[in-house]
Amino acid sequence: MIGRMFRGGVHPPEKKLSADVPVKPLPVPEQVIVPLSMHIGAPAKPVVQGGDEVKLGQLIAESSGFVSANIHSPVSGVVRTIEPRDHPLGRKLPCFVIDNDGKDDAVEFTPLGDWPTAEPKALIEAIHAAGIVGMGGATFPTHVKLSPPPQFPIDTVIANGVECEPYLTSDHRLMLEHPDRVLEGLRIVMRVLGLDKGFIGIEQNKPDAIALMREKVADHPGVEVLALPVRYPQGAEKQLIYAATKREIPSGGLPMNVGCLVQNVGTLAAIRDAVVEGKPLVERIVTVTGEAVAQPVNLLVRLGTPIRLLIEAAGGATVPTAKVISGGPMMGLAQYTDQTPVIKGSSGLLVLGPEQAPVIEAGPCIRCGACVRGCPMGLQPTELARLVQNDDFAAAEAWGVLDCIECGSCAFGCPAHIKLVHWIRFGKAEVMARRKKG
Amino acid sequence: MNERLKLIVSSSPHVHSPDSIPRVMWTVVAMLVPATLVSVYFFGLPALLTVALSMIGCVVVEALLAKLFKKPIVIRDGAAAVTGILLALNLPANAPWWMILIGCVVAIGLGKMVYGGLGQNIFNPALVARVFLLISFPVQMTSWPAPKPLLGSAATDAVTAATPLGMVKEAAMLGKPIGSLDLPGWTDMAVGYMGGSLGEISAIALLLGALFLLYKGYITWHTPVSFIGSVVVLGQVFHWINPDLYPSGSFHLVAGGLLLGALFMATDMVTSPITGKGQLIFGLGCGVITVVIRLWGGYPEGVSFAILLMNAFVPIIDRYTVPKKFGFTPPEKGEEEAA
Amino acid sequence: MLTAILTLTGVGLVAAIGLGIASRVFAVQVDPLVEQVAELVPGVNCGACGNASCNAYAEMLVAGTAGIDECTVMSDEARAKIAEILNIEFTKTDKPTAVVLCQGTTAHIQLKYHYDGVPSCRAAQLVAEGYTGCDYGCLGLGDCERVCPFDAIHVVDGLAVVDEEKCTACGKCVDVCPRNIIELHTTNQRVHVLCSSQDKGKIVRGVCDVGCIACRKCVKVCPVEAIEFKDNLARIITEKCIQCGACARACPTGSILDQGGPHYIAKINDNCTGCTLCARKCPAGAISGEKKLLHVVDEKKCVRCHVCYDVCNFEAIALVDEQGQEMIAPKPKKKKKKAAAPQGAAS
Repeated sequence: MIGRMFRGGVHPPEKKLSADVPVKPLPVPEQVIVPLSMHIGAPAKPVVQGGDEVKLGQLIAESSGFVSANIHSPVSGVVRTIEPRDHPLGRKLPCFVIDNDGKDDAVEFTPLGDWPTAEPKALIEAIHAAGIVGMGGATFPTHVKLSPPPQFPIDTVIANGVECEPYLTSDHRLMLEHPDRVLEGLRIVMRVLGLDKGFIGIEQNKPDAIALMREKVADHPGVEVLALPVRYPQGAEKQLIYAATKREIPSGGLPMNVGCLVQNVGTLAAIRDAVVEGKPLVERIVTVTGEAVAQPVNLLVRLGTPIRLLIEAAGGATVPTAKVISGGPMMGLAQYTDQTPVIKGSSGLLVLGPEQAPVIEAGPCIRCGACVRGCPMGLQPTELARLVQNDDFAAAEAWGVLDCIECGSCAFGCPAHIKLVHWIRFGKAEVMARRKKG
Repeated sequence: MNERLKLIVSSSPHVHSPDSIPRVMWTVVAMLVPATLVSVYFFGLPALLTVALSMIGCVVVEALLAKLFKKPIVIRDGAAAVTGILLALNLPANAPWWMILIGCVVAIGLGKMVYGGLGQNIFNPALVARVFLLISFPVQMTSWPAPKPLLGSAATDAVTAATPLGMVKEAAMLGKPIGSLDLPGWTDMAVGYMGGSLGEISAIALLLGALFLLYKGYITWHTPVSFIGSVVVLGQVFHWINPDLYPSGSFHLVAGGLLLGALFMATDMVTSPITGKGQLIFGLGCGVITVVIRLWGGYPEGVSFAILLMNAFVPIIDRYTVPKKFGFTPPEKGEEEAA
Repeated sequence: MLTAILTLTGVGLVAAIGLGIASRVFAVQVDPLVEQVAELVPGVNCGACGNASCNAYAEMLVAGTAGIDECTVMSDEARAKIAEILNIEFTKTDKPTAVVLCQGTTAHIQLKYHYDGVPSCRAAQLVAEGYTGCDYGCLGLGDCERVCPFDAIHVVDGLAVVDEEKCTACGKCVDVCPRNIIELHTTNQRVHVLCSSQDKGKIVRGVCDVGCIACRKCVKVCPVEAIEFKDNLARIITEKCIQCGACARACPTGSILDQGGPHYIAKINDNCTGCTLCARKCPAGAISGEKKLLHVVDEKKCVRCHVCYDVCNFEAIALVDEQGQEMIAPKPKKKKKKAAAPQGAAS
C-alpha cells in the first residue's frame, strides 16, 4: 500500500553509497568512552567507579528519574575513571573510560521467557532494564514511550524503516539481514500496547527490503508494510504518521495525542534482543560513509568506540576532511573532533571533503519561496529567520518557530545559502529562555 | 594546540542543492536568449545592440552605485544582468542609446538600489524603468520599427509599424470595427512577425524559455496560469459581448507583452508573492487590470502598469495567504490561542 | 484672476482659523511638571529602566511610581535638576560603566573549529558551545555592539571593547551576552581581572595566552585581601580594593589589567617629622620608624597605593620609579588661611 504524501519536503540526492555493503563487526577497541548521557532525560547515575572491574553487559549506571535510561558496559575490563570527555553533542560531558581486557566476559543474560504471554508491565520493565532508547537518533527512553498516560490510548504502531536521510543505510541493512528480529520486536511492542495491527514504513528506494519484509509479514496478518514515496523527510515521525494514518499531530503535541506510536527498526531489534535473549543495549549498526572515505561500510560497533576507529575501518579519509557528521547530512551534528564515541543514537558517520561541504557566505533573501515550498510543517522559514534577525522573538513564536522540526529542507534549497535552520534554532532557544524567565 | 586542519562545524543541514542566486539569475538570462534571437532575426543589429547596451549599462550602474553606497559589489550574481536584458526586451529596437542608459539608471537606481539592493525592492526594476521611459519619452517609446526578417523579404517597405494592440486601440477610439483592420495572422503573431518591443513579439520563443524555468522550479505555474488565463477568459467574454469593439481571447494571448509579462516579469521572485495561493491572486489581479487598460484605458498595452500596481499589493497578499501550519487547529472563538 | 486670489485667500483664512480653534479645543492636558521632567530625561528610549519610553518614565517620576536611580543613563546633573523640580532626595552616584571580562583577541586565543554559521554570538553559542578554544571567552560576533543604544561597545580583533566615555551602564550588553562575561562597575574601580575562564590553569594555558591560570599570586600580594578565588578564577572584591595595582603587576599572564594611573614607590625624605601617620595608614605595613624619628619605606613591601603620599602633611614623601628617579614631588603643605572664607569641596 502506498501512503499519502505530505506537503513540502525536498529531494536531496540519495547517495546510498553503502546500500549493498553487508554489516561487518568492527573489532572492539582497547578503550571505550561511555557517556552517562546517551539519551533524552536525566543522565544516568554511576553504580561503579574508577578501579572497578566490569563485565560485558553489566549495569554501570542506572536511570535517575522516570525519563532516564540504564547504561551497560560494552566490554569486559576495568573502569579507568569517570571524567568529562568530548561528546557528540558538542561539549564535554561525564563519561566512563573503560579499559578493555579483550575477553568479552559477559554477565549472565536472563531472557524474559515466553513474551506472547508476558504481562505488558513485565515487558516494559525488561526493556527498561536493558537500557533501550530510540536508536533512530532521538534517543528517547523506550520504556517511557511505551507507557503513555491513560488519557492518550494508542491504536496504531508504526515501525520506522524509512531512513530518508541521504547516505545512511544502517536501517536498510538491518531489515535485509535481520528482518525476523525487527518483526518480532514490532510484535512485542504490539503486545505491550495491546494492538493487533501494526505498520512498517519503508521508502520506495529500498525495494529489496520492502519485498523481504512483505514476505515475512505474510504470516502475520495484522502487520502491513507501507511502501512510501521517496521524499525527505518522510521518516520524520509527524510526516510518517500522516502518511500512514492521515492524522496530524497538533502543534506542540506528541504522537500519542493522535493515538500513534513510532519506533525505529533498530530500536525494535534491540527490544527483541532484550526480551528474548535478555541482552542489554551495548552495540549498534553504524553506516560510515561520505565521498571523503575510501570505502563506505556498515559496521556493527560497540558503544563507546571512538569514531576515528570507524573512519579508519572505512579506509580512512581520501581528501582533507572538511566535516565529520554524526548522523545524516540533513539533521546530523557536525563534530569538531574525531575523538568522540559512538553512542546509542549514532546511526551514521558521514565524512565530507571540501567539495561536498563548501563554506558559502549567505546572500540576501530573494523571496523565491523554495523554503516555504519545502517546509513539511507549513511554516515560512524566511519570515521566521527575518523576525529572529530583528530580535522579534515574540513574533517568531506567533509565526510558529517552535513547530519547526529542524529537518533542513528549507536551508537545503535556499539559493541565497541563508542558514535558515540556524536562525530558527536561535529563535527557538531565545523563545524558550524567555518562557523560563517568566 | 592542534596543528592539523580544523574541522568545519555548522548547524545542520550539511548538504545543499546546487541552486544559488547566480545560477538562478543566469539561467533566467539564458532562457531569454531565444526571444532575443528572434528579435535580432526580425529587427536586425539594432536589437542586438539594444540588448547588449542595456545589460552592460545595468551592470555598470549597479557596480557604481554599490561603490557609492559603500556596499559590496555583487554584479557577479547576475541580478543586474537579468534586469538589463528584461529592460531591453521591453524597448523598441530603435531605442536611442541615451534612452537606454537612462533606463538602466532608473531600473537599478530607482528600482533596486534605493530600496537596499537585491531582495528589498517592491516594484519590478525593469518595469519601473520601462514605465518611466514611456511617460518621459512617449514618442521614442511608441514608434516601433517594422519587422524585417533576415531571411526572406519584408511584407512592406515601411520603416515603422504599429503594434497590433496599437491598431486595435486606434480603431476603438475612431469607432472603426476590428474586423476592418489589417491585423497580422495569429501564427505570425505567435512566431513574432509583428511590430512591438524586442521581447513581446515571439510567443513561442518566450514559452520555450519559460518551460525550462518551470522544469527547474525557478518559476511556478501559478502566476502565469492565472495571469494569462484571466486575460484570455476576460478578453474572450468581452469579445462575445461585442466582437466589433473587443478582440478575441486568443488575440490577447499573442498580442502585446502579455507573455513576456506573465512568464518573466510577473514571476520575478523578489516582487511577487511567496506562496502559490498568493501568486494565483496576484496573477488574477494583473490579468484583470491588463484587460481593463487594454479595452478602456488610455494606453494600448496594460501589462506593465498592471504588474506594477499588483507589486504594491504583494506584502498584503503575503500576509493573508500564510500557509496552514501542520497540526494547527484554529482557536475557538473566545478562547486563548493554544501555545 | 481676482476671484482666484480671493477664493484661495479665503480658504487659507478659514483653514487657519479652524486649526487655531481645534488646537485649543482639542488640546491634550499635560501636567507641566511632566513636561519639565521629560525635557531632562535622556530621550533615547533605550528601555534599560524597563519602561516603554523616556516619556513614560517621566510620567512615572512625577507620579512617584519610579525612582530617579532607575535610569543609569542620565547624568548626575540631570538627576539633580529633576530631584529639585520634584522635591525629592538625590544622592550623587559614581560614573558607571560596563566591563568586558576577557582579553581574548584573535591574536591570543586558539579556536576549537572553523565556524560556519550565523554571525551572532547567541547563535554561535548553540553550535557545539561556541568556536573559541576557551568556553568562557568573548565570541566577538558583535551581539553587544548591535544592541548598544549608545555606540559604546565595539568588537575589535574578535574582542568586545567598551568606550567608557559613551557607556551609560544601561545593561543591554550584559543581558545579551550569551556567555555572561560583561559586568557593570563604576569607573572608580580601575583594576579588573579580565578573564572569565573557570577551567584549570593547564587547560587555560592551552587555549589562551592571557587567561587566568589560577596561580594565586594575586591573592598573595594583595595587601587588603581584596581578591578571592572561585572556580579556578580570581575575582576582585571591589568594596575592599584600594586600586594599588599590585595584583596586576604580579599576574604572570597579564590577565589582571590596571587602568589606573602609573603607580610609584614611596620614598621618605628628610622633611619627615616622625608623626607616624603614614606608617599607620600603610595597608602593606611597609613603613617603619620610631615616633618623632625619620621613617623608612621598605621598597619590596610597598604596594604603590600612594596612600602615604596623600596623608603626609610635611612634604616628606615623594613618589619614585623602580630606578629611584623621582616621578612625583612631595605634596605641598596645606596653607592655612586666616579669613573664614568657605573652602571648595574637599578633594
